[in-house]
Amino acid sequence: MSGALLQGILEHMAIVSIAILISTVVGVIFGVISYWVRFLDSVILGISEILQTIPSLALLALLMIIFGLGNITIIIGLVLYALLPIVRNTYTGLKAVSPHLKDAARGMGMSKMQRLFKIEIPLSFPLIFSGIKIALVNSLSVAVMGVLIGANGLGTIIYRGIQSRNMETILMGAIPVVVMALAFDFGMSKIEKRLIKRAK
Amino acid sequence: MIKFENISKSYGQTAILKNISFEIKQGEFVVLIGPSGCGKTTTLKTINRLIEPNDGKIFINGKDITKENPVELRRTIGYVIQQIGLFPNMTVEQNISVVPRLLKYPKQKCKEIVQDLLKLVDMPYEENAHKYPSELSGGQQQRIGVLRALAASPPIILMDEPFGALDPLTRDTLQEEIKQIQKKLKKTIVFVTHDMDEALSLADTIIFMDKGKIIQMASPEEMLQNPGAPIIKSFLSKQIDNGSNGNGSQKLFAEDFMRTKVLKVPKTSRTLECIKLMSSRDVNSLVVINEDDTYLGTVTIEKIKEQGQPGKEIADLVTAEVITVGRKEAAQVAFDKLLSSESSYVIVLNDNQTVAGLITRTSMAKALGEALWGEVQ
Repeated sequence: MSGALLQGILEHMAIVSIAILISTVVGVIFGVISYWVRFLDSVILGISEILQTIPSLALLALLMIIFGLGNITIIIGLVLYALLPIVRNTYTGLKAVSPHLKDAARGMGMSKMQRLFKIEIPLSFPLIFSGIKIALVNSLSVAVMGVLIGANGLGTIIYRGIQSRNMETILMGAIPVVVMALAFDFGMSKIEKRLIKRAK
Repeated sequence: MIKFENISKSYGQTAILKNISFEIKQGEFVVLIGPSGCGKTTTLKTINRLIEPNDGKIFINGKDITKENPVELRRTIGYVIQQIGLFPNMTVEQNISVVPRLLKYPKQKCKEIVQDLLKLVDMPYEENAHKYPSELSGGQQQRIGVLRALAASPPIILMDEPFGALDPLTRDTLQEEIKQIQKKLKKTIVFVTHDMDEALSLADTIIFMDKGKIIQMASPEEMLQNPGAPIIKSFLSKQIDNGSNGNGSQKLFAEDFMRTKVLKVPKTSRTLECIKLMSSRDVNSLVVINEDDTYLGTVTIEKIKEQGQPGKEIADLVTAEVITVGRKEAAQVAFDKLLSSESSYVIVLNDNQTVAGLITRTSMAKALGEALWGEVQ
């Protein structure tokens, strides 16, 4: 049984980390685009907000129709869910970089890309990181739903518990999810605090 | 070197610059001055194309700057901004070498540049290069801001009210330093300020602007002698009132508002004696004098507690940290020194270096109150 648990935890982690990796890349890119192209910001932020409001069960069902059963579908679902906090925090962070610094960077002769990578992203990194943290902690619990569309992870253990009305099995699947969420939240909050302190 | 030809700039209906033309010679220190909203900063920013004029042309060394790539143009022009604008995510070394690194100078050369520049302002490399801007004082930060502008040795440097946010003492030092750097490195500097004092002490040529137009362009001496318009006169008169060439009748000196009762002790007095005196008078520091009554320094109760031994003389514990002023120095100078000093008072000295009195924050407030409302009870 403990072998199944360990496997569940590892699969769960793998699904969530792949999803967060993708949505960090996509989210930061969309955040930068909405910062650069003024009229696109409300469109991009609006779409990510709408995505967030779709109930997870409905979203997964829709995705299942398109992408079929399996891990890929839950990863896509998680990416869509994780997008909003990352896009929004990237956008807010970039906007919040002091105009004097942007002016100085422009006046020094930095191109748009150089300003982004040397000044703007490093300075908004604490906020971007906090967006990633929120996305990650959320995804850990949403990933449990994956069992309904044939994905692996701790959801399978919980589901088995529900079916056999076995409280112990349900808890065995649920507690690691909670512990992981709390551990990541704690650890990443610590890093976040240090980042913010350094930025000052 | 820099030539403006009929430059105009407007945002919608409001005209910021109205048909401006002037020429700056190589190696000249030009100060743009005028009331806020006169267009001086806009003028400055058109030189490195941070702002594009609607009309007219700017030439640098005969070349029309609109024909050049703005990013590359800016790398050849130093730029110092008012809010310092050091990048908080970079160390002092990285900040100074921003432009050399953009220009892809080799690493070793970048390091040499940083070392040479830090030497220029007396900030040792080992001590400062790896600090972050937040670990420096305001004055040091702006020094680094100036060095950053110098790093790729651009012939032209633009400075937008660089010393506006600094306290008066630091500002004076930095003005002195920038003047010397300019003489040494022979840069062409365009400097924006709203402080006539600063303009007069730095400029070779002052350009006075108002409502988007140049009112007068002249040397400081000429501007003082023949101000070209009433508004220039009013800018100058502020300067004359509190400057050294005032008419004297209303002038206040440091001696006019000092307290003359000062607790003085000879440097041969013993530690316990001093502690007793301090506690009986409820003060935490004493003024220490030499045998011939001249001023030596001050001694604080903390220092005695930390390092003093009972029965020893206090001579070794005396520090000269407290700022002194002469009794005939202008009141404003004394106030500036007091406000920027860490201690709560400054010491007023007679011409023969004996102690005349103290100016505390309270006596300063009282003097100000009297000036405003007459005698205060």
